[in-house]
Amino acid sequence: MDMKRDYYEDVQLFTSKVISFWFILLIAFLYLFPLFVDNYYIYVANYIAINIIVVTGLNLLVGYTGQISLGHAGFFAIGAYGTVTLMAKAGFPFLLALPCSALIAAGFGFLLGLPALRLEGPYLAIATLGFGLTITQIIGRMEIFGGREGLHTPDITIFSYVIDTDKEFYFLLISLTIVLLFCMRNLIKTRVGRAFIAIRDADIAAQTTGVNILYYKTLAFAISAFYAGIAGGLYAFVLNFIEPEIFTLMMSIMFLAMVVVGGLGSIMGSITGAILLCWLDLKLRNILDIPYIGDWLETLSQSWFSITGVSNIQFIVFGSIMILIMLFEPLGLYGVWIRTKKYWRTWPF
Amino acid sequence: MIDFIQMIVSGIAVGSSYALMGLAMVIIYKTSEVPNFAQGEMALITSFFAMMMLTTFNMPVYIAFFLAFVFAVALGCFLEFAILRRAKEPNVLGMIVITIGIEMVLLGFVSWKFGADQKVMPFPIGPYDSFIIGDIFIGKLELLTLVTALLLMIILFLFFKYSKIGLAVKATQQNSVAAKIVGIRTNRILMMTWGISSLVGAVAGLLISPVMMHPYMMWDPMLKGFAAAVMGGMTSLPGAVVAAYMLGIIEHLFGGYISIEFKSVVAFVIIVAVLCIKPSGLFARHYVKKV
Repeated sequence: MDMKRDYYEDVQLFTSKVISFWFILLIAFLYLFPLFVDNYYIYVANYIAINIIVVTGLNLLVGYTGQISLGHAGFFAIGAYGTVTLMAKAGFPFLLALPCSALIAAGFGFLLGLPALRLEGPYLAIATLGFGLTITQIIGRMEIFGGREGLHTPDITIFSYVIDTDKEFYFLLISLTIVLLFCMRNLIKTRVGRAFIAIRDADIAAQTTGVNILYYKTLAFAISAFYAGIAGGLYAFVLNFIEPEIFTLMMSIMFLAMVVVGGLGSIMGSITGAILLCWLDLKLRNILDIPYIGDWLETLSQSWFSITGVSNIQFIVFGSIMILIMLFEPLGLYGVWIRTKKYWRTWPF
Repeated sequence: MIDFIQMIVSGIAVGSSYALMGLAMVIIYKTSEVPNFAQGEMALITSFFAMMMLTTFNMPVYIAFFLAFVFAVALGCFLEFAILRRAKEPNVLGMIVITIGIEMVLLGFVSWKFGADQKVMPFPIGPYDSFIIGDIFIGKLELLTLVTALLLMIILFLFFKYSKIGLAVKATQQNSVAAKIVGIRTNRILMMTWGISSLVGAVAGLLISPVMMHPYMMWDPMLKGFAAAVMGGMTSLPGAVVAAYMLGIIEHLFGGYISIEFKSVVAFVIIVAVLCIKPSGLFARHYVKKV
């Protein structure tokens, strides 16, 4: 069973040989599958990988540290606009612009973390929500960021090698994703991660045992914003074009939904949540093309609803998923996984 | 000077609709500690229901609005009964996620049924009917909103302070187990507050609908109303109303004198500033958490 006998067993990254084996297989699959599928699926994979990065970062804040953020689209926007502006206007190379803009996002995360020291619950929700909206408004009104017209992204060059297809970008993106996920898993297993969890469970008790709340809460915001910034910078290159209207409140809500659906306080949960909701999002954009259901929905819309608003069914689906997950499995898909695992481990009994 | 007074007047007018939304949120938060993000969409679906009654079924205004109010109360009670009461682990994050989920379902439903384009609400008072005192324009609709907001605030304040049910609400909020022991049906009290809150929100929605009528019309009033409620302390009815008027006036003055572009976000900057100084709002007593 999951019994830990000493400290090093608790902090190791791979708990058993079986897990390492599956992990290597997964990595091999991730690097090989673009060779066999067509471009659309690579686009989907890129989209999902970016959301995985944001959601992992947000999960650190929401799931591990117990804070609430409805403003992650703001950090995402800072990352995207920062990277593109630094590359196009200041002539930074991609590999420098991306971490720089992510650090800028982390700086804003630190600033947002300061009021969060005194706020909780709905107060924190409205403060972060206001932050997200404000950032989008400010970016939309500034000339250097292209205003309402948006910006076109420049080409990525890494050591004089130009990345211009989705497939090449995929390899860059997936490598970054794996590295970032490793960093996160490592972080959770160390002193810092345990401090975050202590703050989530009882912040006053954590303070009395010597956890510096000021430091760790702002750190959680900064790291979370850093991840969102990296993801935002990469997202700009998936879209090839950014405008302020992309980074809406709805986007922040979707990130939070992915965290909650996947499972609070688990990295595997973040990954599954992001995969599930992104896949649904892309599928439901063309809901009438789905076999069987599409035709039925078309006739239903024509007789009872309006055919122009049929794409809004995706809101109904997402909303229902969020409600049902919270009502029946507050730990999300990860909770389902834990329960199945427990069930099969002791199966006949 | 005329400009200044005109700005204050428009600020008060806008503040009234924020105040109504803020009141609705405070009523729910007071009893069940749920920050209700679905408030705007509950009002939205009620306004579209009223529009459907008026245009499709050609009902007279009074009957249609009465039906809409009944619908709003029923919707609020239903949501509490069917969803909120079933929540397994009621913590703040869970409640936020559930209410956002409800919001998305209602929003999706309305936009699926009616499409995303602008509609015209056959309201008895048009958005441009106004009268002039001196050199200042006062819209009739704005005046109606102001009077309704103040009236509702006073009625609700008296109701929660002096009626027997209001006392029961207070008891439920302070200690629901003890309230149950002395014979208060706390479940029913919660359901009732959702009904009342939905009704107040619906009034706001109906008063906004002549100006704009599309599925996203309630986002801005809801967020600003929420901001006002938070600024007022989340549990104080007069606090929410005062904060809403402050936000409305500051917003308009800021738009008039400093920058029209950032008018819509200045409210949130104020919120963050206020919360940094007084973390539980302007009008709430600060409760110290026990370990």
